[in-house]
Amino acid sequence: MIRIESIRKSFDEVEVLKGVSASFEQGKTNLIIGKSGAGKTVMLKILVGLLRPTAGDIWYDQTNFGQLDKRQLRELRMDVGMLFQGSALFDSMTVEENVRFPLDMFTNKTAKEKLDRVNYCLERVNLEGVNRKYPSETSGGMQKRIGIARSIVLEPKYLFCDEPNSGLDPTTALLIDELIVDITRENNITTVINTHDMNSVMEIGDNIILLHLGELTWTGNKDEVLESDNQVLQDFIFASPFLQRLRRAALSSSGE
Amino acid sequence: MNLNFLYNFGRYLVLLRTALSRPEKFSMYWKETMRQMNDIGVGSLVIVCLISVFIGAVTAVQFAYQLQDSFVPSYYIGYIVRDSTIIELAPTITCLVLAGKVGSNIAAESGGMRQKEHIDAMEIMGVNTAAYLIMPKLIAALFVIPLLVCTAAVVSIGGGYLSSVPTGWITDAEYIRGVRSFFEPYYVFMMFVKAIVFAFILTTVPAYQGYYVRGGSIELGQASTQAVVYSDILILLADYLIAILLTV
Ligand SMILES: Nc1ncnc2c1ncn2[C@@H]1O[C@H](COP(=O)(O)OP(=O)(O)OP(=O)(O)O)[C@@H](O)[C@H]1O
Ligand SMILES: [Mg+2]
Repeated sequence: MIRIESIRKSFDEVEVLKGVSASFEQGKTNLIIGKSGAGKTVMLKILVGLLRPTAGDIWYDQTNFGQLDKRQLRELRMDVGMLFQGSALFDSMTVEENVRFPLDMFTNKTAKEKLDRVNYCLERVNLEGVNRKYPSETSGGMQKRIGIARSIVLEPKYLFCDEPNSGLDPTTALLIDELIVDITRENNITTVINTHDMNSVMEIGDNIILLHLGELTWTGNKDEVLESDNQVLQDFIFASPFLQRLRRAALSSSGE
Repeated sequence: MNLNFLYNFGRYLVLLRTALSRPEKFSMYWKETMRQMNDIGVGSLVIVCLISVFIGAVTAVQFAYQLQDSFVPSYYIGYIVRDSTIIELAPTITCLVLAGKVGSNIAAESGGMRQKEHIDAMEIMGVNTAAYLIMPKLIAALFVIPLLVCTAAVVSIGGGYLSSVPTGWITDAEYIRGVRSFFEPYYVFMMFVKAIVFAFILTTVPAYQGYYVRGGSIELGQASTQAVVYSDILILLADYLIAILLTV
């Protein structure tokens, strides 16, 4: 479980996060949602320590994240996997080398063991026979999946995904969502996902926090989204008139 | 301006300190060092040789012209070419050229990795990115660049031969006598000191520029240019300081 307490972050006088407290539970998919520019990526980068908060505390289970020194931080990070918004695959390495990189760097496994693990992870994300390709020779959706394979190769306890399905068609997006849910449940890890995709919210939102203008405006799960009368949430999820009609229809039919 | 300079200098020192810590996996660093040696060494050999031939040739021609009507024996041409290339021309010009070739490459490569979030991705895995991205390059350069400079000196002396013997300025025997006269091993030591210091500058300064680049492709281009300009200035400054320190 990860807990954050009154996280603040400013960039040159502009306050992007204004004191956000929340907790992200183990074995569940925790969603951070909000409009573009709401501060989701900043929040995620603070959670993993790529940015320092201006104020506030982060707890990884019993560990106070802010008080770790560089060595301890690197040790904790062996338990952390992250999928970047742009995948961040190393483009001078093949797919196999990308996924194998953490194993090469941190384990003493034999070449055979590493290959088995790499192949297992690639299979896990439904990618086979791409080992020798370079990331530039694969599609955007494949890159996301390679990114996921690379982030789970060391069996992390904490998984962070920044917009795992942005820019993908609805079917592929759904596939990736399901994949992340499965991995989370199977290994009982703490997963935090940034998204502004309402399909994801309604499908995989075990625990949702909504950021708006740098503040936490709503928390709940996917089943509570429909009933909530929080205006910001409704404007965000049911953004189009079509979706608003759908919501009204759903509410009236469940009310009968 | 001054504050900015101090800020960058301090951050450069901190980065170097982080870069010089224990590798998390020796074999990965070794592999990367070998790759860099190949890139820097083999990749620069042709250009270094080409430049050196001309340095030697021009030095010989110019001195031959100046000695024409003097009482200085003409075999001195070989001696002058040898010493001027060993002491100054081979290390300095080679490293200025390498700052342009290797330095800009290092800045662009690490800057690109920063902008495409590769560095962040490695950090998240727990990699000490400063060490992994800088140490192999530095070690490779410290090893390979002195060898390149040495090659440059030898090739320059050959270049001097080519421009003064076949053209009839002096005879084969005279040039070789000149090259073998008044030899000071201390000058070779100076050459290696310069090569090592310059190699340090032309890898760490561009690595710093690239590692902390922000923004987009314009900033990346600027970082790469600045890396070369600063390396060149620092190399010349260091050249002057070494000259003073090692000759008095
Ligand atoms: N390095 C930075 N320097 C200054 N301002 C920044 C920086 N990073 C982010 N911001 C600002 O913080 C705010 C939140 O940005 P963030 O990237 O977190 O949005 P987001 O919620 O991830 O949006 P999107 O859904 O489009 O990815 C933006 O207004 C942005 O301008
Ligand atoms: Mg974002």
